[in-house]
Amino acid sequence: MAVLDIITYPDVRLKQVAEEVTQFDASLEKFIFDLDETMNAGPGGVGIAATQVGFMKRIVIIDISQYAENQKLKSKKPKEIKHHGHLVLINPEIIEWQGMKKGREGCMSVPDFTGNVIRAENIKLTALDIKGQPQEYNMEGFEARAAQHEIDHLDGLLFVDRLVSRRNDLFKRKSY
Amino acid sequence: MTDDKDKWYMVTLIGKDRMGIVSHVTSALYENGANLGETSMMRLGGNFSIMMMVEFSGSRKELHDALSSVTDSLALHLHIDKIKAELHKHYIPDVRVSVYGADRSGIVSKVTSILDQAGLYILDLESDVAGDEEKPLYIMHIEGQAKQGISSLESALQIIKELGVDAELVEIDTLIA
Repeated sequence: MAVLDIITYPDVRLKQVAEEVTQFDASLEKFIFDLDETMNAGPGGVGIAATQVGFMKRIVIIDISQYAENQKLKSKKPKEIKHHGHLVLINPEIIEWQGMKKGREGCMSVPDFTGNVIRAENIKLTALDIKGQPQEYNMEGFEARAAQHEIDHLDGLLFVDRLVSRRNDLFKRKSY
Repeated sequence: MTDDKDKWYMVTLIGKDRMGIVSHVTSALYENGANLGETSMMRLGGNFSIMMMVEFSGSRKELHDALSSVTDSLALHLHIDKIKAELHKHYIPDVRVSVYGADRSGIVSKVTSILDQAGLYILDLESDVAGDEEKPLYIMHIEGQAKQGISSLESALQIIKELGVDAELVEIDTLIA
């Protein structure tokens, strides 16, 4: 297991499209373990894309469990956040989108900068798991945001490419 | 520690708004070997106001002299303070408070005092006057950190609403991936 180096803007690889994974073997598994360790070593750590360590294949890992736990621990209005725990998504594809929500994002490849990005609220995505088996997930909210952020990386897009105005925006309060 | 290259200043410029201010001022800085850090430049009323972090190896007076011909020709008031830079250390807000209502004296001071008591550490505040002379409307957006927790701010919001304004609070969850 190793913590890999995260490449940062303006490395050209962050603007390149990653290739599909076709071989599900031991070397893929080893890479994914290293990618996982790299994600956990970074700040925030709810997701990572293979391209962020310069490996140009369509692999992402997301895990919002810690965030979901923190939401439950809120003394007033604890929130139950739907999520699927630790997910390895290979050749992921979003096949349905619904709703729009503005939220604040940052990225390990763009240190010390955060901004507002609009993402779909609900998505359906397909992917292969670490063994090459097909999976399908319905995601919402924070988890859906994480998946969209990471899949963008596989297409050479950073959150800065999708920034919306930092000023003069009213965040609509959602009533629960 | 003598480090002539590391001198940072906050340069403030204010004047009647017109085209060319930013390009002329920043060109004068560049031509005199200065670098820019974070800046905030905007039109307020019919005035343009500029605040810039400037890295300059000379003295405050030398920086002032480097800018004086540009500021004189553009009728800008110039003020320079020596500062510590502290770049690359952004704080991330966890709450956004919006307040809007009929404009009346004391809104900003009352609202910010109430929020200060409730633990809001302000990172960014912008306010706008809209409407017209007869019925001006005041809109304020504040981003900050809830040092005493969100509940404390939610209670503060109820007090703010008693002032007769609309107020909303939204938690900001930043996703870092």
